[in-house]
Amino acid sequence: MATVRRNIRRPVAAPKAAAVPDRICERALILSGYGINSEMETQAALARAGMDADTVHINDLIAGDRSLADYRLLVFPGGFSYGDDTGAGNAYANRIRNNIWDDLQEFMDGDNLVLGICNGFQILANLGLVPAFDRTYAREIALMPNRGGRLECRFVTLKPANENLWTKGIERIYCPVSHGEGNLSCSPETLKKIKQKKMVAFTYCREDMSPADGEYPYNPNGSVEDIAGITSANGRVLGMMPHPERAMECSNLYDWPLLREQARREGRALPQESLNMQIFRNIVGYFS
Amino acid sequence: MASFVHRIEVHFTKDPRLKTRTDRIRSLGIPVDELHLADVYTIATTARDFTRDELVQVARQLVNPVVQEFTVDEATEALFDEAIEVGFLPGVTDNVGTTARQTIEDFLSMRFGDEEAVCSSQLYFVRGRLAPEMLTRLAGTLANPLVNRIHMKTRQEYGKTGMDRIVPHVELHELPTAGPVDLDLDDAELVTIGKEGILDPKTRQRRGPLALDLAQLHAIRDYFQDLGRMPTDVELESLAQTWSEHCKHTIFASALDDDVPKGLYKTFIQAATNEIREAAGEKDICVSVFSDNSGAIIFDDQYIVTHKVETHNSPSALDPFGGALTGIVGVNRDTIGFGLGAKPCINIYGFCVGDPDAAVPLFRGKDGTNPVLPPRQILDGVVRGVGAGGNCSGIPTPQGFCWFDNRYAGKPLVFAGTVGIMPRERDGQKLFEKKAEPGDLIVMVGGRVGKDGIHGATFSSEALDPKSPVTAVQIGDPITQKKFSDVIVKEARDLGLYRSITDNGAGGLSCSVAEMAKECNGCHVQLDNVPLKYHGMAPWEIWISESQERMTLAVPPENLKTFMDLMERREVEATVIGTFTKSGKCVVECAGIVVMDIELAFLHDGLPKKHLTTTFMKTTNPEPDTPCPDRLDAALLAMMQRKNICSTEFITIQYDHTVQGGHVLGPVQGKGRVQSVASLTTIVPGSKKAVGLSQALFPSYSEIDPYNMAGAGIDTAIRGLVAMGIPPDKIAILDNFCWCSSNDPGRLGQLKRAAQGCYDIAKTFGTPFISGKDSMFNDFSGYDAEGNPVKVSVPPTLLISSIGVHPDAGKAVSLDAKIPGDLVYVVGATREELGGSEYFAQLGSIGNTVPVLDAAAAKERYIRLAGAIAHELVASAFPVSHGGLAVAVAKVAVGGRLGMDLTVPVPDTLRPDYFLFSESLSRFVVTIAPDHKRAFEQALGPDAVLLGRTGGSRLRITGRTLLLDVAIADLEKSYKSPFRGY
Repeated sequence: MATVRRNIRRPVAAPKAAAVPDRICERALILSGYGINSEMETQAALARAGMDADTVHINDLIAGDRSLADYRLLVFPGGFSYGDDTGAGNAYANRIRNNIWDDLQEFMDGDNLVLGICNGFQILANLGLVPAFDRTYAREIALMPNRGGRLECRFVTLKPANENLWTKGIERIYCPVSHGEGNLSCSPETLKKIKQKKMVAFTYCREDMSPADGEYPYNPNGSVEDIAGITSANGRVLGMMPHPERAMECSNLYDWPLLREQARREGRALPQESLNMQIFRNIVGYFS
Repeated sequence: MASFVHRIEVHFTKDPRLKTRTDRIRSLGIPVDELHLADVYTIATTARDFTRDELVQVARQLVNPVVQEFTVDEATEALFDEAIEVGFLPGVTDNVGTTARQTIEDFLSMRFGDEEAVCSSQLYFVRGRLAPEMLTRLAGTLANPLVNRIHMKTRQEYGKTGMDRIVPHVELHELPTAGPVDLDLDDAELVTIGKEGILDPKTRQRRGPLALDLAQLHAIRDYFQDLGRMPTDVELESLAQTWSEHCKHTIFASALDDDVPKGLYKTFIQAATNEIREAAGEKDICVSVFSDNSGAIIFDDQYIVTHKVETHNSPSALDPFGGALTGIVGVNRDTIGFGLGAKPCINIYGFCVGDPDAAVPLFRGKDGTNPVLPPRQILDGVVRGVGAGGNCSGIPTPQGFCWFDNRYAGKPLVFAGTVGIMPRERDGQKLFEKKAEPGDLIVMVGGRVGKDGIHGATFSSEALDPKSPVTAVQIGDPITQKKFSDVIVKEARDLGLYRSITDNGAGGLSCSVAEMAKECNGCHVQLDNVPLKYHGMAPWEIWISESQERMTLAVPPENLKTFMDLMERREVEATVIGTFTKSGKCVVECAGIVVMDIELAFLHDGLPKKHLTTTFMKTTNPEPDTPCPDRLDAALLAMMQRKNICSTEFITIQYDHTVQGGHVLGPVQGKGRVQSVASLTTIVPGSKKAVGLSQALFPSYSEIDPYNMAGAGIDTAIRGLVAMGIPPDKIAILDNFCWCSSNDPGRLGQLKRAAQGCYDIAKTFGTPFISGKDSMFNDFSGYDAEGNPVKVSVPPTLLISSIGVHPDAGKAVSLDAKIPGDLVYVVGATREELGGSEYFAQLGSIGNTVPVLDAAAAKERYIRLAGAIAHELVASAFPVSHGGLAVAVAKVAVGGRLGMDLTVPVPDTLRPDYFLFSESLSRFVVTIAPDHKRAFEQALGPDAVLLGRTGGSRLRITGRTLLLDVAIADLEKSYKSPFRGY
């Protein structure tokens, strides 16, 4: 029964958008190739936050035309690498492991950050860069096919589960998921360790911020304990299924026409930028 | 043949999809208990064998050890009653197999040879005792016999050894050569050649339709008689491709009756655009119309946007998944092949299919053989196909529609469109222009050439019948295309490495190379250089094959090394296959022998002109005789459940509509998630401007009044964009005519009237056509279940797609009602216009009075509404379309999960139900803040009629008496019920 819903007031943007920060000199490397497809918006999000990035084809990295050592942030963006064949992210992870594994380990040993979004998270999981309890980088989690058996594209609400460098200052993320395989699964022991070490970064929740409890569509894929993203044990790697980079502007949000109308009635304008940008600002904050 | 064959089987320890998969099969009426699945990789080598240890390591590369297990050369242990393995037939694209092969090559630092392969297949374990006919039905839903092989075993047969090791293998023959074809035959023989193809001298079988008619064959015969030789099979096949209805649009180009000597296209479509552009003067938005692979309009000072909508009907009828997939990735190439290469940034789709719940079985063969796929399976397949194409390519798909009518049961219509973006200039060079120069090398990039898709262009120019060629089916490989798309539009174009580019679509190389050869006046091709999927293809097959994911480029010799290096680094196969010349000829060589040598002038313009005659007869249908009910609550709930009105959100959510980060107004809107008729997407980061897309079609009006059918389509496609706030003068449209039996003067008479409508309406709106496509023979000839011959023709269908540039996305308006207490208006007059309406269909009638458009009044109204939206006076706006005013207000209310109390001005002369469900054009439902009442009414004038307010949780509509009072929740339930479970 649809009843008239109260207008739940909730922040739609940081109360006062931070002044445009100075650009930091640390650079990001965004991987591309073989069907990765979100490099453009990921680069735009970082640029907006104040970090310049180079989009580099994996083959140029393998050929040695570019070096990981020149970068402080490595991003595995969203996409459909190898068409999800042999399991989402698996083939691209193999390509990396079979070609540039040593360089990557060296990068991981430094004070560097790694971000994987959607297909990027799937690649991180297959490489064992998350959860990475130790330097063996064993595969401990799987992003299985969604319970619904197919790709699902819709906006989801996320709640930070722990405060860390990525989630600092974030109360809520509201952005799209768009994946066929985001159903996080692992052994009970692994799950226990992930929780103990406060490695859950974001969980799916309802609009009122209460847990999704596995209920569709709030938890869109059946992920265990509503987990949408986790960090590595040392906290320097974040993998998440939802796409904050696809909703940087308020006008990218599913419900923005309503928010804008509510704002108009109150005689205020809707902020330009959405709260989702905070993840990227936190990265820049880490290096500043 | 491979000497060593191994089999790796992979399954989930606990399959998360098990329940959904099982439920989906059960919903089709097949009573399985459970349907388990294992993925199978069959590895076949000749040069070397793998050790068991190597195979285990290979398997580890292909599984996720956290949740999956595997077997190597052993049967998967499972509890089941029947095992069904579904693999690909020889020569069918196997993307998973290709990825697995690349992974193994990378891992073991080796290369598979020509005769070696990795093949994927899926092994289903069926739990539950099924009757044999149920088992056959199950296999039929899991596999398509045109592309898949099926292998079944009972539990007993499976035993300990499991399934067999099967490697699909294309049979090799000695390399066939080109041969002369004697056309000095009597007319009956010539007709047979045209209809069924060249008689193969070896197999004594016809090679498949050339779709050349007698006059065309005479012209070809005469041309070669003058040359003093017979045409080769390569030349004849090439001419058939280039002259096909699919490529030359002969019906639109031919003179018609006495009053259309220049043909429908020039007289009605092109003329409208030319005259509109001239009248617009400096405000002309067009950049490139009709001449290139897409049409293009101005986006802003720096960028232009392109749009193109294609159909892929015939292949989708045979293989819905493969047909729709190649449809969408094919139209992506029309973007990459526009100018020097635009970047695909938005996909759209449209499906016209039979009613999945009311399917009548059809057969291609007598005696119930060769059944036509049922609408449900076609729908499932085309939905997955467009999804796989867009999702894998990273192109958002925010806009589309489904239209259901059993006249599409014989042949579905599958529309696929792509919008592209490109800078106008780079280093002073216009990127939307291209020209191959003599001496440039002809370079083919992308996939290899196989026997797939042979006779696609000629096949789609013919009606589907029992002899339709199976090689016309192709399966796309979006990742191969994504690889070259990225390197072309993100790297090679901006390095200025090539001078021209076009897509290999219908007709393959024969069309793309010959088309580009016009730019420099000649080409010389070495067919031996074309990379093949397998040996044993005849020259004519290589030349016309429509194997997917290929582009043809003109690369100046000085850039060749840089170009080829770049392609190699991106793992994109690129091959020089010849040179552009200025010889005036298209010359093709194979094994040192010239197999084609035709003047370009004859190839492109030698087609004999036709003069077609048309007739038109107006039919009269009985009007419905149902009296108007006192209350219309039940009628509205029933209308919300009509398949052409209800939610098809199950499609929307399978399609990534947020990638590239430009989502502004998407395919579903509001708390109640109602489907929009238009989408708005930003495509240049940081720009306020956004691209609006909409589509409209009214096939149910066609048989009554094709002229006004066209008017309804154009008006509604434009209106969808205006409702978001796009001014009419920033809108362009595209036409897709999907007709039937276009050799019938009656059908041509309808076509002529529709085209006349297009001209008149577009001119009045001042809205130019920028691109169009037609498909003229959407007919099915076959048999019903009793073996009686039947012909099922689609209703004449005109899809109008609109594209417009929104000046300020931040001011765009969505469809859902937003705030309680807002005022609800209808803008535009309602008349008794229910012929072909959804309401009459609900009553079981067709009627006679379709909506008539007053385009001049509509344009004025649209300018005013777009102005009101720009002035932020509007909270929501939604066009009134199929189902009329009651359905539109119900959708706006459900969208906002907000009730409404409305009083509608039903004239005394009009039945209340007719008033509420009439489909009169040019109307909107608008909600506004009460504070804006005066300003809004001033802006819209008397066109805007206040109906009431939003509030509460029910929709109440009063006319002369209370007409309906329904809970919004019930409306939402009805609206979302028909496709629950899809």
